[in-house]
Amino acid sequence: MEKNKALRVFAEEIRVETMKELAHLGFGHIGGCMSVVELLSVLYGKEMRIDPKNPKWAERDKLVMSKGHAGPAVYAALALKGYFPKEQLLTLNQAGTHLPSHCDRNLTVGVDMTTGSLGQGISTAIGLAMGDRMMGRNDSYTYLVLGDGECDEGQVWEGAAFAAHQMLDHLIAFVDWNKQQLDGACEDVLDLGDMVQKFRSFGWYTQKVDGHSVDAILEAIEKGKAQHEKPVMIILDTVKGKGCELAENTFPCHHIKFTAEQIAPSIEKAEAVLAAARKA
Amino acid sequence: MYTVKDKLEKESKEMRAVYCQTLQELAREDDRICVLDADLVGSSGMKPFFNEFPDRAVDCGIQENDMIGIAAGLSAAGMVPFAHSFAPFATRRCADQIFISCAYNKANVRIVGSDPGVTAAYNGGTHMPFEDMGVLMSFPGVTLVEPTDTVQLRWLVKTLQNEYGVYYIRLLRKNAVGIFEEGSDFELGKIARIREGADVAIVASGILVAEAVKAAEALAQEGISAAVLNAFTWKPLDGETLAEYAAKCGCVVTAENHNIVGGLGSAVASCLSRTCPVPVEMVGIEDVFGQVGPESELRKIFDLTPEHIVRAAKAAIARK
Repeated sequence: MEKNKALRVFAEEIRVETMKELAHLGFGHIGGCMSVVELLSVLYGKEMRIDPKNPKWAERDKLVMSKGHAGPAVYAALALKGYFPKEQLLTLNQAGTHLPSHCDRNLTVGVDMTTGSLGQGISTAIGLAMGDRMMGRNDSYTYLVLGDGECDEGQVWEGAAFAAHQMLDHLIAFVDWNKQQLDGACEDVLDLGDMVQKFRSFGWYTQKVDGHSVDAILEAIEKGKAQHEKPVMIILDTVKGKGCELAENTFPCHHIKFTAEQIAPSIEKAEAVLAAARKA
Repeated sequence: MYTVKDKLEKESKEMRAVYCQTLQELAREDDRICVLDADLVGSSGMKPFFNEFPDRAVDCGIQENDMIGIAAGLSAAGMVPFAHSFAPFATRRCADQIFISCAYNKANVRIVGSDPGVTAAYNGGTHMPFEDMGVLMSFPGVTLVEPTDTVQLRWLVKTLQNEYGVYYIRLLRKNAVGIFEEGSDFELGKIARIREGADVAIVASGILVAEAVKAAEALAQEGISAAVLNAFTWKPLDGETLAEYAAKCGCVVTAENHNIVGGLGSAVASCLSRTCPVPVEMVGIEDVFGQVGPESELRKIFDLTPEHIVRAAKAAIARK
């Protein structure tokens, strides 16, 4: 049983709203959205210092969703936090929308960084963290979410070396280790081996936790914040498509198409999980 | 306003020294100014800045992609970053980072690429950018500038302190030929008129400005009146002034230390074809790679000479 019931509820709300967004569209990056839902709940529900009424507040914590295709899950979290009306979620990917498939800080209120070309988010996150440090905003943290497939990109490892060298302890990063990329299993496409050892050897304060446990994520962040020498890496052991039956039963499920009828049972089940979480 | 010098001679100060000094002056009054480099601090002449502002100067190591992304992130935190590498590595190598992390992201970044074209000299073909401006030419929202001398460079750096956007500065590191009098003032995106003329307009940039002036003097000896225009902003290009001179002179010559494909020549011809179509001849690199050698020899090998500009001017006039 999880201690942080409110965060469990928030996670399931994000999950249901994200599925509804994508159901309305009939296709999308559902796998990688579902796998970061608990993380988004912890960040937007508790950990991040934010003010939805003042989204450009300079002292705020920032999130760089470097795996920008998880935008729909971020938008669900933002809408639930009140950054914009929930109805807007159904405009996802429509012409003229403020909610594009990949995160765009110039289009979406509350999005802190434009992403979508994989590998680049680590550098912009480093820049944000260094900028806050240069500006003396010592209470501001920058959060970064990398995909596991994204770590194929060389720029990730440039940033990994650099952030450690700069001792960017206010940079808290996650790898969504859901073990799938577009073409199939990560270990078949490009096996990166032991991610914990890799980031540890690059000089990061590295932990690996159950990425679907809000308690475990929260605890790992707190441990990371308690040290002041290294950037923090938390490898999230996740399931791609988690909580969406249709996605979990599809391989690979990076980007899938579905009819409203096909996804309806998955949404119903997720809503039942949400209702149970609210009662618990 | 700007004033053109009467006499052409090499400046006593290196461009990089003025670049560094100007940034130091700005940084003393503006906490947002910061500098990044990719293991070329020694080459870019930025050591004094690094010494004076260690907290706002970052040597990223040899990782240009990361550096450009970091610059974009710094700007999102409110800083005003100037990021330098050799021009091919600051542009060609970082095309997607400049496109996505900077331009598409609407960041506020100044990218500085040094040793334009043949001035890369002894570093050879790998380091010799004939394509840096061309690589960025099709990126929306990126302003491309090649300052001519220390006076224009100093004005540019100071101007960019309070502009917002993505700017690429094509920077000659060593001594330029002085064109403008101290204290001259310019307008970003507007051509500087170096010399008036009626028969042909020579549109030049960078090290070719001085060569264009020499060519105009030689043409004058033959009774040909050549205007010389300094198009230091390649994008956005000053179409208005170009059209004015195309109409007045009836033909144009472009002169650049860059591939004419995707370079100033292409940009000028493209612009005039829509506003005032006149014969255009191009002096520049004819779509080939760079090679190693002393700059003076390379200028001859690639025909970046006053003599070539004179030939091109006569060819353009003949096509009227």
